[in-house]
Amino acid sequence: MAGNEMDSLRQIFFQECEEQLAELESGLLEIEGGGEDPEIVNAVFRAVHSIKGGAGAFALDELVRFAHVFETVLDEVRKGRLDPAGAVVEVLLRSADVLADLVRVARDGGSVDAERIRTGTEELASLSGTPVATGDLAEEDSVEDLGFTPVAVAFPTFDDIAAELPTEPEPTVFEYTVTFKPHASLYASANEPAVLLRELGRLGEMTVSCDTSSVPALSEIDPEGSYLAWMIELKTTQSEDDVRAVFEFVDGDCDLTITANNGAAPPVEDADFEALLRSIREAPVDVAAAADEPAIAEAVIADVSVTAPEFPVAVPDFAAKPDSAKSESKPDKAEKGDKSASGEAAQQTIRVDLDRVDRLMNLVGELVINQAMLSQRLGEAGLARSAEFATGLDEFEQLTRDIQEGVMAIRAQPVKSVFQRMPRLVREVAAATHKKVRLVTEGEGTEVDKTVIERLADPLTHMIRNAIDHGLEKPEDRIAAGKREEGLVKLSASHRSGRIVIDIADDGAGINRPRVRAIAEEKGLIPANAQLTDDEVDNLIFLPGFSTASTISDISGRGVGMDVVKRSIQALGGRVSITSRPGHGSTFTLSLPLTLAVLYGMVVTVADQTLVVPLTSIIETLKPKPGDIHGFGGEARVIALRNNFIPLVDVGRELGYRNHSTDPGAGVALLVESDGGAQSALLVDGIQGQRQVVIKSLEANYGRVPGIAAATILGDGRVALIVDVDAVVAGSRNGGNPESVLALAG
Amino acid sequence: MSESSAALLQSRSSSARELIAFAVGKQEFCIDVMAVREIRGWTPATVLPHSQSYVRGVINLRGAVLPIMDLAVRLGFPPAEAMGRHVIIVVQVGSQVVGLLVDAVSDILTVTASEILPPPDVASDMAKHFVCGLLAMEGRMLSILSVDSVLPEREGTEVQ
Amino acid sequence: MSKTILTVDDSRTMREMLLLALEDAGYHVLQAEDGIKGLEVLQDKRADVIITDINMPRLDGFGFIEHVRRDTSHRAVPILVLTTESDAEKKSRARSAGATGWIVKPFHPVKLVDAIRRVSG
Repeated sequence: MAGNEMDSLRQIFFQECEEQLAELESGLLEIEGGGEDPEIVNAVFRAVHSIKGGAGAFALDELVRFAHVFETVLDEVRKGRLDPAGAVVEVLLRSADVLADLVRVARDGGSVDAERIRTGTEELASLSGTPVATGDLAEEDSVEDLGFTPVAVAFPTFDDIAAELPTEPEPTVFEYTVTFKPHASLYASANEPAVLLRELGRLGEMTVSCDTSSVPALSEIDPEGSYLAWMIELKTTQSEDDVRAVFEFVDGDCDLTITANNGAAPPVEDADFEALLRSIREAPVDVAAAADEPAIAEAVIADVSVTAPEFPVAVPDFAAKPDSAKSESKPDKAEKGDKSASGEAAQQTIRVDLDRVDRLMNLVGELVINQAMLSQRLGEAGLARSAEFATGLDEFEQLTRDIQEGVMAIRAQPVKSVFQRMPRLVREVAAATHKKVRLVTEGEGTEVDKTVIERLADPLTHMIRNAIDHGLEKPEDRIAAGKREEGLVKLSASHRSGRIVIDIADDGAGINRPRVRAIAEEKGLIPANAQLTDDEVDNLIFLPGFSTASTISDISGRGVGMDVVKRSIQALGGRVSITSRPGHGSTFTLSLPLTLAVLYGMVVTVADQTLVVPLTSIIETLKPKPGDIHGFGGEARVIALRNNFIPLVDVGRELGYRNHSTDPGAGVALLVESDGGAQSALLVDGIQGQRQVVIKSLEANYGRVPGIAAATILGDGRVALIVDVDAVVAGSRNGGNPESVLALAG
Repeated sequence: MSESSAALLQSRSSSARELIAFAVGKQEFCIDVMAVREIRGWTPATVLPHSQSYVRGVINLRGAVLPIMDLAVRLGFPPAEAMGRHVIIVVQVGSQVVGLLVDAVSDILTVTASEILPPPDVASDMAKHFVCGLLAMEGRMLSILSVDSVLPEREGTEVQ
Repeated sequence: MSKTILTVDDSRTMREMLLLALEDAGYHVLQAEDGIKGLEVLQDKRADVIITDINMPRLDGFGFIEHVRRDTSHRAVPILVLTTESDAEKKSRARSAGATGWIVKPFHPVKLVDAIRRVSG
């Protein structure tokens, strides 16, 4: 090893010594102050132990000797045999000072007063139950420690060793018979007979025979058992001790006999030296032998690369035609025999286990996160702007996105499967309510994630029932109102700015606002004579506790109200709103994400926490000026915006990150639209940027968190929470945290 | 190890249980090894709003969101400090995966049913709720925790 | 492909020393500063041989070995215990935890490579 490597090793050692000495001192002080945590004693012991270990390697004998005595006493404390109280801890603290001085002397030169060391050693020795015979110990230790001197870290060159070798006469060859029968325990500790035999073979010439006589019938074989034994004839110049040394680690885990067949064993010392030389010579050979492995690895890789191209062939097909779930794809093995005859012209499909698609989806999620991490790291390293990296990153990002869309397309299905169930429902409800209803559907081919579709069926069913039962008038009333006897319910789906929008429209009487108000007042949901806009009145029907079985008929009743519809839509990351014109009908609009896997969000900072606010809820961001903020009773504040006063919601306070409202002038406000189009301004501390994030469920391993929709993993690898805008706004309206909203629902 | 030998090993030791021992404060505890998915070091957690005091937050475990329970707080001790020195035992109960924050992990113990003593009838909440047995080993006393009981109560289950 | 050795030791000096000796001998080296970190490394990477210290915070060498031996993907990896304590009790505890062999500190690099070869060929 080069001198500078040695120097840097020394430097590391002394740096570490300083750390350990600090640890030692603070630990001892903690013990002195009554600290009883066993981990403190352990840390103190380890500090001295570490210093001793390193010092041994650098042959710092004086340091090793003192550390050893110190360590022995600390071990007594660690094992609970010595109470580190009063006088004891004082001795330990004094010893720590001596140790520190010894370390510094070893580093900077000079000497420590021999008397101090002697007193210190004796003081320590008197503490440990077994008096420490310092002289003997020092002897023993230094012999052991000198085994590794700094110079020896390097492998001496062959020439160096050869030069030091005394010229020897032709060595004597000995013959040994070795019998070796492993016990099961030998395998349990990951020892390997083949490796041991190969090691044995390095000593000389050998012939091996394997005894398989104790191998039982296949059915009786214990996979963890041991049935083989070996007999080896070995011709070597090595001593019996060297032969035995091969089996050092398996002593007790095997039956081993070594018999010398001729002459006396060679002198041990010589053989040791030679064994050392041999091992040095053979070490590089060993590494060279291992160089065969790449050939195997390459062969394996070559195999993989033959099959790999099939995969990209299939995926772009999905990506290219995301509108059709029945994308064409090359015939796949999985499909063989399924559709082979008709397959030529018709669009082909394959059935894939949903688990596989989900696994792929998860992997793509990981890919997106990894890509974000990579960009972030390159950015931090100042490389992101260099042309090659920038182009590479852009391409990577584009590819990642394409793959993601491709995988999502696999999961996408037309809403037709849900829409198809509605005609029958309409007939049943129409019959039960004695109404005449015509159902019109539009946009059945609109695609959305399979999970979204599955979870859409219930709320949709409920809303259609509601539209017929409450929305449409009785036939006679319709005729009286000059309408067609037959009512119209229109169900339509379309894609709009990255979301799927589903409208359920009826041409009925519209929301009966006075009645809705009356119910809400009666149930204490709003104060009597509250000032409400038409919109706000319409939205009262979504309040928990608004609809109950007593106020609505059996058909739409069934114990669930519109609040449940709303919450199941929200659980999908969706929104529901209503528009109504008296006499002309009502339209319920559901807006849902196309997938539950990703969303575009604004990454913000709130009270040192990083949060993500879904971009779909944000209308604009603004920097509040002090003059725009007005108190509004209690802690409530509003912000003036274009002749309008908008409630200001302090996100940090709402989520319980801080107890008091923050200064709006120091933050940024996000203008958001929540339920029913009401606007609020979310106050956050700062904006980090916008990005696509992969949605991770919190409910899978934890549960619902009030005010939080889900979680995601950002480029730095940490988890960030995705804000549930509606819940946070609703929470602030209720003057408490969002839990109170849930409490109402319960 | 092949599937069959794993099965064999299992059946062979069906009367014995393996437990992972760990320290929380000055006390030693253990849980069934079968519930343990992996062990890892502490990384800073993202705080969850309005959570119980023993919920430290969530961390990223290879792409999954893992809630971390501070076992010290859960068991009624003062909260853990000096996070860098702590250990997270990742356990799975049913489909739920949760990290338990402990001070240090030690050995894996193999015990038979006869070695497990019933928990003493003391008034402490910890003993009543979480400890399902005691183990005396070489002068150490270890409390066996039932993993299910230390997990957080699932919230918001009323929502579909 | 050179063999990968995972070294687990809380002493930075010892980790560096092992790194120098092992890299000189042509091995690829992974490092961990205690048993927990060691287990974390093994979550994503494989090692041909593991060399571990005994006295470590959070999870000591004995516990570390037991945990590795329980993991089906690493149970056959040879583990060498690296420790200043050459006493029989530590050795036998390490062995019953599942250690394959041991190296007594302070070690001679040649002995180190020797021990590795004796457990992994």
